[in-house]
Amino acid sequence: MSETVERTIPAPAINPENERYFEAARQGVLLIGKCNACGEYHFYPRTLCPHCFSDNTEWVPAKGSGVIYTYSTMRRGVPAPYTIAYVTLDEGVSMMTNIVDCDTDALKIGDKVSLVFKPAEDGTSVPMFTLESA
Amino acid sequence: MSIKRKACVVGAFEHPARKAPDKSVAQLHAESARGALLDAGLTKDDIDGYFCAGDAPGLGPLSMVDYMGLKVRHIDSTDTGGSSYVVHVAHAAEAIALGKCDVALVTLAGRPRSEGSSGTQARNYGAAAPDVAFEFSYGMATANGYAMVAMRHMYEFGTTSEQLAWIKVAASHHAQHNEHAMLRDVVTVEDVLASPMISDPLHRLDCCVVSDGGGAVIVARPEIAKSLNRPVVNILGAGESPKGQNGGKLDITTSGAAWSGPAAFSEAGVKPSDIQYASIYDSFTITVLMQIEDLGFCKKGEGGKFVADGNLISGTGKLPFNTDGGGLCNNHPANRGGMTKVIEAVRQLRGEAHPKVQVKDCHLALAQGTGGQLGSRHGSATVIMERE
Repeated sequence: MSETVERTIPAPAINPENERYFEAARQGVLLIGKCNACGEYHFYPRTLCPHCFSDNTEWVPAKGSGVIYTYSTMRRGVPAPYTIAYVTLDEGVSMMTNIVDCDTDALKIGDKVSLVFKPAEDGTSVPMFTLESA
Repeated sequence: MSIKRKACVVGAFEHPARKAPDKSVAQLHAESARGALLDAGLTKDDIDGYFCAGDAPGLGPLSMVDYMGLKVRHIDSTDTGGSSYVVHVAHAAEAIALGKCDVALVTLAGRPRSEGSSGTQARNYGAAAPDVAFEFSYGMATANGYAMVAMRHMYEFGTTSEQLAWIKVAASHHAQHNEHAMLRDVVTVEDVLASPMISDPLHRLDCCVVSDGGGAVIVARPEIAKSLNRPVVNILGAGESPKGQNGGKLDITTSGAAWSGPAAFSEAGVKPSDIQYASIYDSFTITVLMQIEDLGFCKKGEGGKFVADGNLISGTGKLPFNTDGGGLCNNHPANRGGMTKVIEAVRQLRGEAHPKVQVKDCHLALAQGTGGQLGSRHGSATVIMERE
């Protein structure tokens, strides 16, 4: 079993469009995009729906659970190994993330994961995931 | 309107440098341009169109046109990462077909090796990139992004590390004959699997080299091509396609080649089984496998079987690829391999590849580029060329 070594998480580049995403993250909420015109979810959330280009969008809380779509643990050339992944949320959209706080050598595509938050180097909360059974 | 046989590649030059700490990036561009002019038998004053991408320093075409002392009436700085130069060949053909220029120069150069670039460093495309806030914190580098594609491909189709390793094995068989290649030792599947794991499931030998250097090609009107004392290489068809995350509805086991490929084949009026030689972008072994499938050389999901057992080795395999050793063994100047893909395809069509890897009577070739990040958003570009 490889230990999950803490790595320094670079601060996200916050701008006027995405700052509410990180405000919500500070409250422990993961926001995803939802379009009221076509009814589709999207990620990352944005002002105009990437599916139908309507401006009738809102950013809604995700349930915070999903399954691993794919992942990879970087083992060389970095101070500490870490696992990047795409997680497909229950709402159907996939997001890039890290898998943390579990035995990442035992991961499999399709594993159920749940939302956790980790502080970036500037204190911003960053949504990540851990194995549901962990 | 089509670009078919409206323009020809008349000059091609691969800079021999693999490490160039004593040269500037602009100098490498200009030396590459000069090499391509000498190869074509043209002079600087013949150039009236200039194409470059994000590796060109300063204000891109403005800085480089001024540095090289060009007088041009058409410029294009389309940047789709490593696939840019394949796009540029197609755009040059379009510009020539429309009469916007007669002789187009395309250059690439960079010094990532001297500057300490690594595929394990997280890539930051700037705070204004809309995706950066949602990705950079997670350490998306080059290697682990492509590794996520490989991992998913294995899950969906049963592709194995052994099958991916065959791609490196084939490249190494070709690179042994290239005196400029960085990695000239022939490797085995076992060697690839025994190399250190960089980012699961990609081993060190699944990754391309990091090199300095550059390259240039010159595209010209057919009448000009026929006036030169060189084999005539016609551009038959091209396609380009960006592909991203589709608003979170991911499909990362399909590359943009699934669109750029059919567009190029349709315009050229040929099919994958007609292609005698293919330059396939090889940032990683998985990059090659995905593009081979998406271009239609085999069915989707069967790329692993297709590349195994030496099927990409010139002389023995059905689809000779990257006979210069490619990015996996030869070079990957500026971390952008599209230019060298075009150059080796032109060498094959002219009969100027190394005799040990030259495809016999090669008259139809394809150059395929991928740029950016296969695991998030990337460009794909396909060009099909023939020897007249």
